[in-house]
Amino acid sequence: MFDFAVVTEWVDAMLCRLLPESWVTTTEFVLVGICLLIAYAVMALGLIYAERKVCAFFQCRLGPNRVGPYGIIQTVTDMIKMLIKEIIEINHVDRFLFNLAPYIVIIASLLAFSCIPFAKGLEIIDFNVGIFFLIAASSIGIVGILLAGWASNNKFSLIGAMRSGAQMISYELSIGLSILTMVVLTGSMQLSTIVESQADGWFIFKGHLPAFVAFVIYLIAGTAETNRGPFDLPEAESELTAGYHTEYSGMHFGFFYVAEFVNMFIVAAVATTLFWGGWMPLHIPGWEAFNRIMDYIPSIFWFLGKSAVMVFIIMWFKWTFPRLRIDQLLTLEWKYLLPINLCNLFLMVFVVVFKLHF
Amino acid sequence: MRTTQEYFSAFFSGLGSLLKGMRITLGEFFTQKTTEKYPENRATLKMYDRFRGELSMIHNERNEHHCVACGICELNCPNDTIRVESDLIVTEDGKKKKVLKRYLYDHGSCLYCQLCVRNCPHQAIEFIPTFEHAVFTREKLCMQLNHEGSKLEEKN
Repeated sequence: MFDFAVVTEWVDAMLCRLLPESWVTTTEFVLVGICLLIAYAVMALGLIYAERKVCAFFQCRLGPNRVGPYGIIQTVTDMIKMLIKEIIEINHVDRFLFNLAPYIVIIASLLAFSCIPFAKGLEIIDFNVGIFFLIAASSIGIVGILLAGWASNNKFSLIGAMRSGAQMISYELSIGLSILTMVVLTGSMQLSTIVESQADGWFIFKGHLPAFVAFVIYLIAGTAETNRGPFDLPEAESELTAGYHTEYSGMHFGFFYVAEFVNMFIVAAVATTLFWGGWMPLHIPGWEAFNRIMDYIPSIFWFLGKSAVMVFIIMWFKWTFPRLRIDQLLTLEWKYLLPINLCNLFLMVFVVVFKLHF
Repeated sequence: MRTTQEYFSAFFSGLGSLLKGMRITLGEFFTQKTTEKYPENRATLKMYDRFRGELSMIHNERNEHHCVACGICELNCPNDTIRVESDLIVTEDGKKKKVLKRYLYDHGSCLYCQLCVRNCPHQAIEFIPTFEHAVFTREKLCMQLNHEGSKLEEKN
């Protein structure tokens, strides 16, 4: 299997030959940053296209099909439109916080995005509390949403932001507990270790029942965490026009929009990493030929393929279920998911202590 | 206060109905899509029979229509879209009779309400499912529906 560390080490060695040591580190920081931003933008464009196509197919339509073959250039043109649109200055807003909010959202999303192990040797931030850092970083986004709602000086925005706050705080518990369930099984919070310990079988198979329950809960809570349907009541368009980003225009709105889509990918990627083996290929014990063929598929494709399936499931939720009311949302979390999650965590500890896992 | 049993039964029935919904939408995901790729499939596009594109007068193969120029359609039209011009002629047996001269239809002001077609006592007019009506001037939307040289179909 191809190891991306070869590429990164080659770039490092080349830079060491050309530049003094202090400059090498700076250049590498900049290079990594640029690559990350490009990957982020491309990922957002791809996801917006996928969302529009999947939504259309669920509604018996074809979706974008005019710009380029199968409409694949559509989102690129939309991005250009968004970039050249005017950012409208609104009168009675708190100007500093209003302009700051989209950047907080996008920075939180970008920080979480950089933690993901994309392929073998392709990890940007990888240290011993990786998964913990990831949920901490992704939760900063809520500050941006609350600021956006507050600074807009608009009732709809504020209601949207408050709903979002209540929702995020509640569902953060479920996400944390379901991740904790998997950390109990792994015994590590480092993302690269989590992936490597799934080489002989993905955790969804190794952890059987408790891992599966944790996966389902993670997916539900992750959907709620990204403010997507059926939990999209912070921006419920039929009640609140657009919720917390009602007053935003141009690229500031674009940041919220892009961050929402990439957050969905982050949720899918973390689900892939924790439950479905990350970039590990599918190995069935005993089937040597099959395993060797699977090894030939590059690890990045394994990772992106599994994430795509997860993203599809999240979109499937959105286009199937009607939106929840705020009390139903909180009931679902506090009366159903949280008790189940606590029992499941106990079950997982029991399984690990008595070595009932594979 | 709900009982424990109700809590669990509500949980599992809810889960079942959610899964059922997801099964239905997944089925919808793979069905044939209804979108028409219009300019590309122009040659094969089949409009629905009930689609009201424009008013037309039914003519048979001998260039005869059913219109007796009674003007009921004209009276029923809410927008004054239809104007029936008729001549009064005297037949061989000395009877006075109205015959249709020109049946004028202003497509630009038509509501497609179908009151004219419903009220026609002789089923002389109908809506046909054509839909490419874009023209450059309004005058081109004013049409004469009876064909040149057509006459009333005689009843035997």
